[in-house]
Amino acid sequence: MSLALRLTGNTRVLPGFGLSMGISVLFISLVLLLPITGLFGQLSNLSLAQYWAIITEGRIVASYTVTIGAAAVAALINAVFGLLLAWVLVRYEFPGKRLLDALMDLPFALPTAVAGITLATLYAGSGWMGRLLEPLGFQVAYTWVGIALAMAFTSIPFVVRTVQPVLEDLPAEVDEAAMSLGATDGVAFRRVIMPHLWPALVTGTGLAFVRSLGEFGAIIFIAGNMPYETEITALMIFVKLQEYDYAGASAIASVVLFVSLALLLAINVWQGRFVRRLHGGKG
Amino acid sequence: MSIRLQNIAKHFGKTLALEPVNLDIHEGELVGLLGPSGSGKTTLLRIIAGLENADRSPEPGKILFGDRDVSNVHVRDRRIGFVFQHYALFRHMSVYDNVAFGLTVMPKKERPSSGEIRARVFRLLEMVQLEHLAKRYPAQLSGGQQQRVSLARALAVKPDVLLLDEPFGALDAKVRQDLRRWLRRLHSELNFTSVFVTHDQEEALELSDRVVVMSNGRIEQIDAPDTLYHSPKNRFVFEFLGDVNHLEGNVNNGVLTCGDAYLHVDLPNGAEELLLRPHEVRLAEQPSDTCHLPVVVTAISPVGAEVRVELEANWLAKPWLATVRHADFERLEMRRGQHLYAYPRQWHRFKDEALAAEQTRVA
Repeated sequence: MSLALRLTGNTRVLPGFGLSMGISVLFISLVLLLPITGLFGQLSNLSLAQYWAIITEGRIVASYTVTIGAAAVAALINAVFGLLLAWVLVRYEFPGKRLLDALMDLPFALPTAVAGITLATLYAGSGWMGRLLEPLGFQVAYTWVGIALAMAFTSIPFVVRTVQPVLEDLPAEVDEAAMSLGATDGVAFRRVIMPHLWPALVTGTGLAFVRSLGEFGAIIFIAGNMPYETEITALMIFVKLQEYDYAGASAIASVVLFVSLALLLAINVWQGRFVRRLHGGKG
Repeated sequence: MSIRLQNIAKHFGKTLALEPVNLDIHEGELVGLLGPSGSGKTTLLRIIAGLENADRSPEPGKILFGDRDVSNVHVRDRRIGFVFQHYALFRHMSVYDNVAFGLTVMPKKERPSSGEIRARVFRLLEMVQLEHLAKRYPAQLSGGQQQRVSLARALAVKPDVLLLDEPFGALDAKVRQDLRRWLRRLHSELNFTSVFVTHDQEEALELSDRVVVMSNGRIEQIDAPDTLYHSPKNRFVFEFLGDVNHLEGNVNNGVLTCGDAYLHVDLPNGAEELLLRPHEVRLAEQPSDTCHLPVVVTAISPVGAEVRVELEANWLAKPWLATVRHADFERLEMRRGQHLYAYPRQWHRFKDEALAAEQTRVA
């Protein structure tokens, strides 16, 4: 109530609040809230027992394990290499820097199915990479390694693009101060630079993880889709839909939705606490 | 610890930032590097610190701290304290952790015990009068407080030399004044060798034992503040150290004329430019036979020990500034728009450079 009063009080100087807020709410309702409501509408056809039975069915639970495991591995790989890429892009000057910077957005721009087909062709036993790896006893295509690889590909920009601006904001003087006080490069990185990057890195990694949970197009071509082994949750939803089992599909989708929302919320709260401390709050 | 620079030069790409420089700073001295922006003063300071490398060709320069050659020593091993203009505090650490940082990153065998670190940090915080804020974060402090933390942090590792890059540049006038006084006192108590960079002449003259005036990557003059002010070596130094009034004209038979103004001077014929400090301009209601410099009062600022008066005239390219005692100000009943006559009590000229300037203008 007090917030509403504050927002609509006539002391506002900046004009256009009513119109811009109205359009924003309408847009969010149409694009975000309406489909989610539809999802819950489907769920209302199920009793709690039916719902529980669907989401705990063996094959579905196996798909959770595959999806979460592969997404976690992909997110961790992206945390390491995304940080490295952001670091290289911010701290050094080299020819082709702009190109590399633009390339970072490719996974966003490229249709995920294209990425999936490309990866599957590359890593299949007859592909360029597969031909090199398979004699070594290392199979990528049609295993969960392939799933993780596809997930890493589609979600790397999340890490790079969240860490990059924070790194740009960190003045070089701070490193210099640490060095002038006798810190070795490793200590300066661990105690001075990393604490600043943590929130962004965790946010980026979290976003990458959540994105991987829902990824479909890039994965199904390389996953092999063997029940209980390389089936991902998104595929389970697709299978249910093909069987015209809309309620079942919605039930599985709602699990993915809840996990994603909970994760995003947790990241936001944690990050807010950290940022408040940097800006002088009582964190 | 004394600092000796031999033949230190610096290029950034193809631009020359610093001509080969030699400089001796004595133990316990507080030296100010003064110059306009782009004069190379910060580059020089950063080279002393080891944050920047001096040119290695045509021949490498040398930096000595006492007898120790630090030319090729990394900044972390040079034992310097560096204070940045924008403090560069670690924002995620409390004031205490910031000051303790240099001690906690020492190699294990040199590191003081945690009790000792605690005692030393609190002693430093006491010295900078911030012990009550030890638990705060930098964002919760004012600019002046942050700069004091940054100073305490630099002093915690007992550096051989303390280097300050425009330490008070980002602070407002009142705080700057306080911190200046306080740094001066700290310096005389602890007696470390320190070098600071500033573009503020007043700050340089007030704080330094000696001032190094720089322009365009060159050292123009190194002297004690009073020597510097009273006998500047060249026109740049003279102009940089305070307000200057210009009187340009032609000398003919001992009379310098400029429009309808004239002044008897004992100089050879030819173009001349005389320079006057504001306190060297006297104002009167009547001209004399030897001096006729009619001016109009355009602005008056009666704040401080003297009244600052701005003067304009059609024979002046740029307005003059004069400082007048309050007694004279009242006697002449000065007001804006009043017509008065200026008399130089004394003037300066840097003939050779004026000639050089003349030649470049013709060419």
